[in-house]
Amino acid sequence: MSENNDVILKVEGLKTYFYQASGVTKAVDGVSFTLKEGQTMGIVGESGSGKSVTSSSVMRLMPSKTAKIVEGDITFEGVDLLKLSKKDLLKFRGNECCMIFQNPMTSLDPVFKIGHQMVEMIREHHKVSKKEAWNQAVEALKLVGIPEAEKRMEAYPHELSGGMCQRVIIAMAVCGNPKLIIADEPTTALDVTVQAQVLELLKDLQKKMNTAILLITHNLGVVWEMCDTVMVMYAGNTVEYADTKTLYQEPLHPYTWGLLDSMPKLSSSSKEALVTIPGTPPDLRLTGYCCNFYNRCPYVTDACRESVPPLVEVKPGHFVACHRQNGVNQLKRGEVNGDE
Amino acid sequence: MVKLILKRILQMIPTLLIVVTITFCLTRMLPGDPAVAILGIEATDEDIAALREEMNLDKSLPEQYVLYLDDLAHGDFGYSYSYRQDVLGLIISRIPNTISLTLVALAIAAIIGTAAGIIAAVKQNTIVDYIVMLLALVGVSMPNFWLALMLVLKFSVEMNLLPVMGMGDMSKGIGDVVIHMILPCVCLASTPMATFARTIRSSMVETLSSDYVRCLRARGVREWKVICLHSLKNALPPLVTVLGLQIAGTFTGAIITEGIFSWPGMGTMINTAINNRDYSLIQGAVLFSAIMFVFCNMLVDIAYMILNPKVKGA
Amino acid sequence: MPEKKTQDMLGREANMAILKKERKANNAWNKLKRNRSAVIGFIIVCVMVFLAVFAPVLAPYDPNAIAPAIPYKGIGFEGHLLGTDDLGRDILSRILYGARVSLIVAVGATIVGAIIGVLIGLLAGYFGGWLDVVLMRFMDGMFSYPFILLAMILITVLGNGVWNVILAIGIANVPSFARVTRGQVVIVKEEEYCNACRVVGVSDVRLLFLHILPNCVSQIIVYATLRVASAIISEASLSFLGLGIALPTASWGSILRVGRECLTTAPHVATTAGLFILVTVIGFNLLGDGIRDIMDPKMKQ
Repeated sequence: MSENNDVILKVEGLKTYFYQASGVTKAVDGVSFTLKEGQTMGIVGESGSGKSVTSSSVMRLMPSKTAKIVEGDITFEGVDLLKLSKKDLLKFRGNECCMIFQNPMTSLDPVFKIGHQMVEMIREHHKVSKKEAWNQAVEALKLVGIPEAEKRMEAYPHELSGGMCQRVIIAMAVCGNPKLIIADEPTTALDVTVQAQVLELLKDLQKKMNTAILLITHNLGVVWEMCDTVMVMYAGNTVEYADTKTLYQEPLHPYTWGLLDSMPKLSSSSKEALVTIPGTPPDLRLTGYCCNFYNRCPYVTDACRESVPPLVEVKPGHFVACHRQNGVNQLKRGEVNGDE
Repeated sequence: MVKLILKRILQMIPTLLIVVTITFCLTRMLPGDPAVAILGIEATDEDIAALREEMNLDKSLPEQYVLYLDDLAHGDFGYSYSYRQDVLGLIISRIPNTISLTLVALAIAAIIGTAAGIIAAVKQNTIVDYIVMLLALVGVSMPNFWLALMLVLKFSVEMNLLPVMGMGDMSKGIGDVVIHMILPCVCLASTPMATFARTIRSSMVETLSSDYVRCLRARGVREWKVICLHSLKNALPPLVTVLGLQIAGTFTGAIITEGIFSWPGMGTMINTAINNRDYSLIQGAVLFSAIMFVFCNMLVDIAYMILNPKVKGA
Repeated sequence: MPEKKTQDMLGREANMAILKKERKANNAWNKLKRNRSAVIGFIIVCVMVFLAVFAPVLAPYDPNAIAPAIPYKGIGFEGHLLGTDDLGRDILSRILYGARVSLIVAVGATIVGAIIGVLIGLLAGYFGGWLDVVLMRFMDGMFSYPFILLAMILITVLGNGVWNVILAIGIANVPSFARVTRGQVVIVKEEEYCNACRVVGVSDVRLLFLHILPNCVSQIIVYATLRVASAIISEASLSFLGLGIALPTASWGSILRVGRECLTTAPHVATTAGLFILVTVIGFNLLGDGIRDIMDPKMKQ
């Protein structure tokens, strides 16, 4: 990948495994991407494809003690995150990099008031008085469009709606003036109308503060709206990585084709049944020896069963991991598999 | 919030009435004639009849109940025939000894137990966790009066280090009382301490793996704050419930254990009262402790309300 | 095209194999086996039950046979493995027979307390309103008594004897079971899935017993665990005070009562009986904790 001075986050060959009694689950098994300043990158994929674990790995915040980063590099502004001391890690989290989680209702401590949690977080990173922190928090709440911000500071999380909670969490994120916001399905748990508002808010804030956003979602529409680049994940692997326009116009990986086909389109006749990808994703304890998609792929060859396809840059900035797309005889979307 | 607390305080009144009624019913159902018990078998029938009249035992049960309520309303808890003393006075002279023992034991238990529980939860599945939990298991499983016997055997009989009789003399300085308190307090603290450690550990383990703790860490909040402030506060409601149970448990423990150390408290007194079928004293003592626990439970409930904002909102 | 012989890594067979392995690992019995403390607890409880059941066969002497010639004999004295007490009775035999009484009382009392208490707690917590007020006021009333005091008075009303001790400790257990259950129900019924059930028209009874109760069960079991264990201690306490199982019937508590009298002359009496109580109570606690870990769906490891 091309070295750039304004690269914020660079992940290379990341592997995060879960060690369990029933085997090693390869939740993330080779993920690489770069994210530039002020840009938004989307990570899409089915549930269980390793999107969230990727983002947790970046924060070095594993969901369980059985998880370990076994390989790879994560660099943030040239600093190796995997080598950060505990103290530096605290400075990194919440200050340089913020995370927004899927379920806003459970993301706030239920027994402390909003104000207390915001002030605590601000004072954790900046040496300011309580009053100053309080004022900053109120400002942040106003910035994310919360009405009666002063009153909300005295509220407990359960007294707010889901959308409100998510706004509070975003407000906390912007308090630190972070360079990177990781949003892990920030709208999944919210109403459709609220979803749009929250995304709009994120976009606004990005413009104002020139923050990079790592947006994890399974909604391709959201990606189209928000993202500059997209990474498609399948069963713990990066299968395709390109800028949004390229990915939508010239997708290369058969899985991406499937994903795009399974999107409902407003223009086409609405009676048409949605296209689905047959089969289910593999058990992540079995992966790592072959192309993980071969059993669902219409273009499967022997090579797919025998080795893991490497991630290859087929055009500048367009990466794909597929045995049939990195050579000269490239497949075309919709083509019937010649081998069969 | 204030309204809820007031409501909870008002709820105490019917509880108190129920307590009084249960106490009355239970003690009147006890077998044997108290008048005979007080005067001895060789007493004349006239004397017994006179005493029965004095104690209102010749009246019907409802009449006795009304008279009983009336007396209570005037602060009259009756007269102890075995101690030849006013019941309320007797209790008031004895109960501070038991309460001080209970409170000191509980305070030791709460401090050490909570700390041990936090350490075990943070060091989950390490050798530290296993050792703390093993000790807690032994603590929970040990009858405290047996521990008392063993400690007396070891420290007083064999090593002759600590005194076992009485509660010491204030005039010899506070040190004498403290020395007398060591063994009873260790015995009484063992069970609640272990229970606190277990409770805190299990609820902390749960909160430490919750979403909001992950979020706090993602926000860069320091680990000790995550543990001691957020996790602990979320883990407190179950602890408060257990504390409520343990106050009564430790008091009970004191009643059994006091005898072994000849600690001049309620335990020794209640024992004597039951053996002498001293109705008034049993009634008084039980009622007094029951009233105490009605207040305790109320405070526990209010603490629970304050600590759990969701209950407050509901 | 002929079938290639390459290994089908993601295929059906590989999947089935790993699922089979997983199912085996998560099978309740295998989980119990992997839980070392539960196994130890289970073994202890089994051994104690075995000793209690076969006491007549195992005991070397009649537990009540008095031998005035050999009082206060220490451990290992002339065939008396654990020595003799003040009246020369064989301690080992008394402990074995005592195990019967102590275990029956503890388990019986817990069952009595749990059935009544859980039912009251469920009703009060779920329906709330006046039912909650009436039931919990009454429970508060009972709960205001220190446990032993309530059991003491109940025993003096009911009289001594195994069944009365069971009843007394059982009834004294009721309010705490009711409280723990109610506290849990109040939290659980606020949860999302309960509202969801109500919305789709699940009846109160179904919701209460099929959705709320199972979500309270782990808490109730943890509590019942502590209660079986502490019921053993309660029986011992009452008998120790002379209010439970009356002498000469052997129970662990009544042996301790004798042991206290002769603490300086024959310390082994109190020591051995107490150790049996300690080990048994530890066994029940370990087993109960193990069951909790297995029943809790959150604990998969």
